Amino acid sequence: MKVLQTGAVLLIAALLASGCSSSGRTKAQGFGGYGTGSDGPGNGNDGYAAGGAYGASGSQPMDDRSGLLSKRIIYFVYDSSEVQPEYLPVIVSHANFLAANKGKTVVLEGHADERGSPEYNIALGEQRAQTVAKLMKLQGVSDAQIQIVSFGEEKAAVTGHDENAWQQNRRVEITYLEH
Amino acid sequence: MQWNKFAVFLCLVFLSLAHPSRAELAVDVTLGVDTEIPIAIVPFGGMQPGENLGSIIAADLHRSGRFKVLPDSQLPERPHTPAEVQFAAWKSKGQDNLVIGQVKATGTDQYTVEFELFDAVRGSQLANSSLSFSAAESRRAAHRIADLIYKQLTGEEGAFATRIAYVAVSPANAAKVRRYTLQVADADGFNPQSIMSSPEPIMSPAWSPDGKKIAYVSFENKRSAIFVQSLTSKDREKISEQPGINGAPAWSPDGKQLAMTLSKDGNPEIYIMTLANRSLRRVTDHFGIDTEPAWSRDGSQLVFTSDRGGKPQLYSVSVNGGQPERITHEGDYNARGMYSPDGKSLCLVHGNGGDFRIAVLDLASKQLRVLSSGNLDESPSFAPNGGIILYASQNGEKEVLSTVSSNGKAKGNLRTAGGEMREPAWSP
Repeated sequence: MKVLQTGAVLLIAALLASGCSSSGRTKAQGFGGYGTGSDGPGNGNDGYAAGGAYGASGSQPMDDRSGLLSKRIIYFVYDSSEVQPEYLPVIVSHANFLAANKGKTVVLEGHADERGSPEYNIALGEQRAQTVAKLMKLQGVSDAQIQIVSFGEEKAAVTGHDENAWQQNRRVEITYLEH
Repeated sequence: MQWNKFAVFLCLVFLSLAHPSRAELAVDVTLGVDTEIPIAIVPFGGMQPGENLGSIIAADLHRSGRFKVLPDSQLPERPHTPAEVQFAAWKSKGQDNLVIGQVKATGTDQYTVEFELFDAVRGSQLANSSLSFSAAESRRAAHRIADLIYKQLTGEEGAFATRIAYVAVSPANAAKVRRYTLQVADADGFNPQSIMSSPEPIMSPAWSPDGKKIAYVSFENKRSAIFVQSLTSKDREKISEQPGINGAPAWSPDGKQLAMTLSKDGNPEIYIMTLANRSLRRVTDHFGIDTEPAWSRDGSQLVFTSDRGGKPQLYSVSVNGGQPERITHEGDYNARGMYSPDGKSLCLVHGNGGDFRIAVLDLASKQLRVLSSGNLDESPSFAPNGGIILYASQNGEKEVLSTVSSNGKAKGNLRTAGGEMREPAWSP
């Protein structure tokens, strides 16, 4: 736990530094900073995806006393690829695991809600996955360990046409590849 | 009295502006003050292999927004041949245009339809023709007659005997697997044919200018790739499978190049591929999202969606690259532009205050007209004559294909069977 906190602090520092040097883009990417309310789904346990690589698969579960590695989904606010603070520890724990297990590979699958244009949503989903990838790489995960694919609005996790459904569909799913 | 009506109309318009959800009300009110051409279409006589040809023609003309079709219940008589027409009955109804027709079986699975278009007030014939068709071609025969009537009365080409492509998506099963099918159907949604099917998403169908091929995006290999498929031979070729996004294919007007979105260099940019040798030329260069290219009619410009200003807006850029110019300024979301056939306007997805609607931007006046009234409308596509825009919308819980006439006067949903319908594209 202490390691995770240290990791998070380092990440924040690194992102603040890189954010300052970015070229004045109005829409922030990367870590959004504290102080914003959570716009993601209220229930942080939604992130446990059935059929994950751990558990039944026989891949070794690492020491996950915090339970963060069981969370596999990062949620986003509308038309944004900024990671909300509450999801940072989840990303850091996966990144630390990957950094310590160079043979492991993840697919970061970006998704968007159904609003707006399908191809724009493909781009938005990719941007979300790239933000998560960038955070992982700052923790020492190598390029070769991360694959990115965006499905935009094509694979909704939840059907429905209201904010409750939309917030569960704006997501990046972390999936470990079997070897 | 006239002024009172006008005042009421204005109030409704203002109400609709204040409350986007009421926009439909304003559209309904404007239905009265227009130049729709009155027409009566008598159900055609004779045994017919499917739906009555007269009903198919009536539905086509109604959908165009250019005609006021006399309801079946108000037909004063039901003649099928010129000799049966009592012009006085139509004259007293003030009904200028009258269509009648008769179908005859001429052999095994062979039919002939003879139809007449009259100016019933003058008692003169404006057009007549006869067509032969098989049972499978009966709807197409009706669409061709609708095209002839449309041309005779508006002076413009009809687009009823054309086709549409779209993606049908079956609901997720227990294992969360959906089925995505690329389909081609008649312009009214009938006679759907499957072109390609996959458990992974299919997106962005685009017709080649000659109407013989369709480019589309398929995730069948768990990642995006662009394919071009022949509609006659069903042969297909993988055109692009770069790392990252391979999306939004758009044919150049001469059919020799394909504009597309690729993110192989780190973020989505617009590229142009010369199909003969697959060479790529990058058009945009910005760290934001650049996607959804559309060619101007002369092939010199691309309109595309970019969030380089913070929110998605439409920009225009020379096909040779250079500094893009922003062309949409109204609303907080404008995406997926597509040129009208005459090149004078764009249809697009217009988001404002959380509603996403289909709008048309006049390129000379920069005036934006919102035409649809849903809140999740997307993927607009012009009919080849520019008269109707086809788009995807939400009807209750289901995604359907809808049409709105370019003058905003007629709206409807296509009657397509089963599943969700997405990303329609109208054939040339």
